[in-house]
Amino acid sequence: MSARERTYLGVPVKKPRAAFFEFTSCEGCQLQLLNNEATLLDFLSLLTIVNFREAMTESSDDYDIAFVEGSISRDDEAEQLRVIRSRAKTLVAVGSCACFGGVNQLKNRFNDLAWVKEQVYGSHAIDTREAVPLSAIVPVDLSIYGCPIKKEEVEKVVTNLVLGKSIDYPRYPVCMECKDNHNVCLFNLGQPCLGPVTRAGCDAWCPSNRLGCWGCRGPAEAANVRQLRQIMHEHGFSDEQLLDRLECFGGFADYVTELKKAAKE
Amino acid sequence: MKVSCNIKVNHLSRVEGHGNIRIRIKNGELLEAGWDVVETPRFFEAILVGKLWENAPYLCGRICGICSIGHTLASIRAVENAFSMTPDRQTERLRLLLKHMETLQSHILHLYFLAAPDFLQLGSVLPLIESHPEVVQRATRLKLLANDACDIIGGRRLHPTRTVVGGFTMLPEKSQLAQLKSRLEAALPDLIKTAELFHTFALPDFVRETEFVSLLGKDHYPFIGGDLISSDGVVRAEDEYLQMTNEYMVDHSTSKWSRLSRQSLATGALARLNNNYALLQPKAREIAAGFSLQPVNHNPFMNNIAQLVECVHVVSDSIAILKELLAGKWQEPRQPVVPKAGRGVGAVEVPRGILYHAYEFDPAGRITRADCVIPTSQNNANIHYDIIELARQSAAQQKTDSEIQRLAEMLVRAYDPCISCSVH
Repeated sequence: MSARERTYLGVPVKKPRAAFFEFTSCEGCQLQLLNNEATLLDFLSLLTIVNFREAMTESSDDYDIAFVEGSISRDDEAEQLRVIRSRAKTLVAVGSCACFGGVNQLKNRFNDLAWVKEQVYGSHAIDTREAVPLSAIVPVDLSIYGCPIKKEEVEKVVTNLVLGKSIDYPRYPVCMECKDNHNVCLFNLGQPCLGPVTRAGCDAWCPSNRLGCWGCRGPAEAANVRQLRQIMHEHGFSDEQLLDRLECFGGFADYVTELKKAAKE
Repeated sequence: MKVSCNIKVNHLSRVEGHGNIRIRIKNGELLEAGWDVVETPRFFEAILVGKLWENAPYLCGRICGICSIGHTLASIRAVENAFSMTPDRQTERLRLLLKHMETLQSHILHLYFLAAPDFLQLGSVLPLIESHPEVVQRATRLKLLANDACDIIGGRRLHPTRTVVGGFTMLPEKSQLAQLKSRLEAALPDLIKTAELFHTFALPDFVRETEFVSLLGKDHYPFIGGDLISSDGVVRAEDEYLQMTNEYMVDHSTSKWSRLSRQSLATGALARLNNNYALLQPKAREIAAGFSLQPVNHNPFMNNIAQLVECVHVVSDSIAILKELLAGKWQEPRQPVVPKAGRGVGAVEVPRGILYHAYEFDPAGRITRADCVIPTSQNNANIHYDIIELARQSAAQQKTDSEIQRLAEMLVRAYDPCISCSVH
């Protein structure tokens, strides 16, 4: 279907030019877009894709929306991101690495990049800096949370973006969606879970598969981590296990600092 | 007219991650050529230090967006080996089935979306949506089947949720497995059609002898654990993997490189097939014979065909696994885990070749040291020396610069490199 034919409530819908980029990441979120086999062709018809290096050779610097995956962990990446920002009307951070630094930011916890480099590369010189989210370098217009992103959510966000509708995220935690799915509580199955404090929107993806939540989508509004710590203790889990989950993707950075202080006391 | 050219491909497209090709030829003489990996490193081996064992599979799956299941399974195997755990038959079967479905998903993605456009003189698969809708529909049908299977068994196609040390957090419904079996049976004709499509493609005739490294199969074509073998006759135990990988650094790559008996080694579908041809399912061997693919084949472009052969193998083998699972009764999905101090190695054949995870633990089960050796990092030196030889031969054959560039790009894509993975 061509752009001219597509309308919404009788109003013609523009087909924005979209570009995809990736920095420090596993490139899995981009693959999630290709993983939408059933709805891929409909999804593609919403956009004119001008840049998607992982799937196509053609490329262009003229685009409206930039979808950016990955965290920033080298100076040349920061520079490229600034160029992308200057060209795009809308910059979308895609996935936990782009939104919070993701698993890459776990190297920052040592506060010793020299040791980190030595551990992996020995004496060989290698360029890196602390892994940070996109928003630490440039303004970000929209965030799509998750490790990995959920295709249904991407499709909703992109459709609303194309139609000019507002984009709303759930303010309640994953716990609500888990209850809605009639799951047995992971704590009652003897598993630690961040569901009570993590932003919903994934339909309790991991807990529905009997894996406790690791908080990849960051904190829900008014997340009560202090209360969660008590629940963890009551079920026999240590501060270390809570910390492992809270610090995994970078979304709970402020809470991690607080917990580390509290755990010492 | 003797060719002179200065080819620079920065951030090669239709591969995972960031790599550059360079070739300089003057008056038919090769001046220099090579493969540079410029991907930003992520330092997973440092990230793991100090973390409890249960973090390892969860974090390590995130090394790769394409083969997250393979990384998760290699990581689980390393932890279980360190804690002297052996998976029961049910877990072993389900893990292999999950592994097969990732192999199918990844190979189909590569064959149709990344490799095929080159043979059709296209920049991507997108124009085929209009011109050859049946081809795109077949590709998406196969990929969807494999991804749905990964959802059913692993909980999620990317970064799986149900795969844990000790087994699975939960099991699929038998009805889901029965449906999967019917869909797999229906997929075989689609794979035959895929073979017909690849028969219409002219694969470049290029040979550079190398050493192929893979797992060594005993009764079955190998995917999870076992001895290691090279086509030059080296055989080692799984936990002696360092003697197969011999990693070193070069200045033009952020990925480590590997070598064994020669300047470089190759791993992946072609290596597995070269070292374990007799163990392929009969239907898969038929496809291989149709392309005159026999061991030991030294044409790197044949890795595409080896992937196709493996698609047929994993679908046939998955049907057999499903028959066994459907005939039996479900056992407990998960064994308890008792951590202890020690070292564990897990070797798993992932789509792009043999993958190793190795961890050392303190008595509480905290990681004190971690090492991951990725298939693409083992292949990077082979890609580099292949590019040099391809450029030398092309210059001698007086090919045009655009033809040389096209061949070099196709050569790298034939390895289906996972560059982010190689710089984990």
